[in-house]
Amino acid sequence: MHKYLPHTEGDIKQMLDAIGVGSLDELFEKIPKKLQYQGKYDVPNQLSDLEVTKLLNEIAANNKTLTIFRGYGAYDVYTPSIIKALTSRQEFITSYTPYQPEVSQGTLQYIFEYQSMICEITGMDVTNASMYDGPTATAEAILMAISHTGKKKIVYSSLIHPRTIEVVKTYGHYRDLDFVPLPEKDGLTDFSKLAELSKDSAAVLVQSPNVYGNIEHLNGISDTIHAEGSLFIMNTEITSLALFNTPGNLGADIACGDLQSLGVPLSFGGAYIGFLAAKTPLLRKMPGRICGITTDQDGKRAFVLTLQAREQHIRRAKANSNICSNQSLMALSVAIYLSSMGKEGFIDLARLSLDGAYYLEAELVKTGLFTKSNNQTHYKEFVLESKIDPKDFDTYLIEKGYLGPQYLGDGKYLFAVTEKRTKDEIDQFVKVVGEFK
Amino acid sequence: MRYYDTLIFEITKQGRVGHNLPKNQFPSVKLDASLLREQKAELPEVSELEVVRHYTNVSLKNFGIESGFYPLGSCTMKYNPKLNDELAGLPGFANVHPLQPNEVSQGFLEIYFDLARYLSELTGMDAYSLNTYAGAHGELAGLMIIKKYHELRNDSKRKLIIVPDSAHGTNPASATVCGFDVIEIKSHPDGTVNIDALKEVLNANVAGLMLTNPNTAGVFEKDIVEISKLVHEAGGLVYYDGANLNALLGVSRPGDMGFDITHLNLHKTFSTPHGGGGPGSGPVGVKAFLKEFLPGPVVEKTTSGFKFHQPETSIGALSAFYGNASVYLRAYVYIRTLGIENLKMIGKLATLNANYIKESLKDYYKLPIEGHAMHEFVFDGLIDQSTGVKTLDIAKRLLDYGMHAPTIYFPLIFSQSMMIEPTEAESKETLDKFIDALKSIAKEAIDDPENLKSAPHNTVVRRLDEAKAARNPIVAYKDIHKFI
Repeated sequence: MHKYLPHTEGDIKQMLDAIGVGSLDELFEKIPKKLQYQGKYDVPNQLSDLEVTKLLNEIAANNKTLTIFRGYGAYDVYTPSIIKALTSRQEFITSYTPYQPEVSQGTLQYIFEYQSMICEITGMDVTNASMYDGPTATAEAILMAISHTGKKKIVYSSLIHPRTIEVVKTYGHYRDLDFVPLPEKDGLTDFSKLAELSKDSAAVLVQSPNVYGNIEHLNGISDTIHAEGSLFIMNTEITSLALFNTPGNLGADIACGDLQSLGVPLSFGGAYIGFLAAKTPLLRKMPGRICGITTDQDGKRAFVLTLQAREQHIRRAKANSNICSNQSLMALSVAIYLSSMGKEGFIDLARLSLDGAYYLEAELVKTGLFTKSNNQTHYKEFVLESKIDPKDFDTYLIEKGYLGPQYLGDGKYLFAVTEKRTKDEIDQFVKVVGEFK
Repeated sequence: MRYYDTLIFEITKQGRVGHNLPKNQFPSVKLDASLLREQKAELPEVSELEVVRHYTNVSLKNFGIESGFYPLGSCTMKYNPKLNDELAGLPGFANVHPLQPNEVSQGFLEIYFDLARYLSELTGMDAYSLNTYAGAHGELAGLMIIKKYHELRNDSKRKLIIVPDSAHGTNPASATVCGFDVIEIKSHPDGTVNIDALKEVLNANVAGLMLTNPNTAGVFEKDIVEISKLVHEAGGLVYYDGANLNALLGVSRPGDMGFDITHLNLHKTFSTPHGGGGPGSGPVGVKAFLKEFLPGPVVEKTTSGFKFHQPETSIGALSAFYGNASVYLRAYVYIRTLGIENLKMIGKLATLNANYIKESLKDYYKLPIEGHAMHEFVFDGLIDQSTGVKTLDIAKRLLDYGMHAPTIYFPLIFSQSMMIEPTEAESKETLDKFIDALKSIAKEAIDDPENLKSAPHNTVVRRLDEAKAARNPIVAYKDIHKFI
């Protein structure tokens, strides 16, 4: 047999006898013969572990490993070793959604800790046990808003990451939502017509730092939005909240975004994790799993999934969301990461990215190839303008071992610096960029 | 398992650090105070050993597949091979940025291309998109395909999705999120589709039908070809919920039964870890005529290598990048390690295991459906219900025996459902132990029913006051002072 299949021929015979059939095929009598596949599957035969390992190493070698100065929604971050060591404990990785809380207190506890940390960082009151990624979390935020307000118009900043808005619009298309953009001005969202545009809207959606990496000026906008009976949804880069004003403090009703920056490896775009947090009045509109605290019959403190009545398995066709499983193991990873960074380390981490990005920006401008496109405060990412050819530049940098900036069109190049980029790496990169002809 | 009643916030001490970040060698940028946060986030301050010890202790309060038998019906809790995890973590995969040009991410594109091809072969579909994150997300994509297909044919009145009452709860929820109205049709007592009930609701407003096969009671829809034909004749599409594919793997293919669209749960059928509730993975597959509707990008093979391709009439983007790549790696390794000769045995052995348990216990537990089941089956509580012992009590008592409980109170078509799914990965000896445990519990129900009704007794916590958690929701540590 195979190492994953424990049945001996003797076992199979004994079990068939116990069932009272003569062969395995007899178990499938209910499947009409013509539906029992007799063709040849075009799938290869088994490989030994050594052969699979060799094969996967060969395939991995066809992915070039580069020094990364690109972000645009995925960041080259530091992952402490303890994350892999702890998240690969079988009690975590091989367990299921905690339907039997008495034997799932581990999962439930880390979810509670994860929720607590996300609420702390965002300044929000409640959050769920995680979402797939930032864009889908944003789409769920929109679904919450339309369910809460009963309206179908969504106002959004045109400086939201295009992929996020694409995902939001995909969900919105199938719900007949109207999308109205807010224009940009000097690298920031132009809120001058906010009151007018947000009339009769379900939500106003803003991203800060925005797609250029710039911190939006959001003080006071919640008053204008709330005056229209609309909800304020803020999409944000989680590590920026170590330094910058929180959605909670800015009057947001819902905060959302991606948590990949919190130690989750790049891994070609997944598995990542999104977050969705809200103010207390929206608690019962939250999709997904939420963990709460309670006691057991002996009075011991314990954790349990709560407010399940909002969910698809009770409400079925009345559900606001179809989210079922989340990214639980990634939530654990985030909880471990944030525990390791701690109160001060989280700020140091953000400072490394922020200061590093400003340094790279200044050095790149010195090469004469790039000019600043605005003077806004930015975090981790920034835009420079240039007349160089984007394709040639990209190819040149890859040959030198770098993944360079994301080209945004119109001569705009988006660079990223994470806590992983050292000053030496940045200096070397700038030198290589300077030699581009 | 042991009780560890400490939260990470309760071991924090000002000044402790659990990380070793590089020194900041850059000039410190001065920031405009009006943009800054006022108070620091109250994250824990703990040393590395404290973090490690804390989460190790937290883990010990959990039951995983390696702890013991986990017969959770419809969740397909099979063994998660270590080799898969090890190879998915190779630096050549973990350090690849999703926006690296195709030319320098050929390894990943090859995995995507081949995995989609293998999934197509095993399910009889023509193409897959791997851009969805979970089963429910795949369902949503499938429904969007149905909606867009009708839209592009200017058939905009098709607003109804038919779902049997035995369906997974995500089916009606996904249809609603996609803007459809749901019609639920009553099933036969064995959970199969009632064709007369189906015929009654089929009309020119029907967009499609959602179905899992075998159904949630573990019964194969023997009339599936007829069902597909009826829906197609009415102008609708037929959607396959792949939650129960494990039963059919290597035996029969949904693509040959008339299904137009499928989603698969790689975390069920292809051994990728459930991770306590994710990350899962739910690729969506279609017949050739729907290929251009898939969520993009998908990978194609050209003479100069693999590259991403955006389907022409794609339903749109559903993920930040391309789904859970690290999960695909695990599924790919699983398929290559087993090979087709062993994959062909999966459905057979899973079905053998399920029927073996069913036959061994049917004198003790009420079997509402006669005949051979597929990879899972349902008992409707104890045969002798005079003692008042309910399915919940049986489930809780099993925990004391060191086994996970089956799925309980689902499917909704029986009042005392216990849905048992052993998977092919379990040996006869393990099944025998489980059978013995359930026989003992049946005996206990007569000898000492109170002991069952107060179970579990050997777990770290006992039955929880769920109502209290909902009445006074405390979902973050900052509100713990409200905990009474």
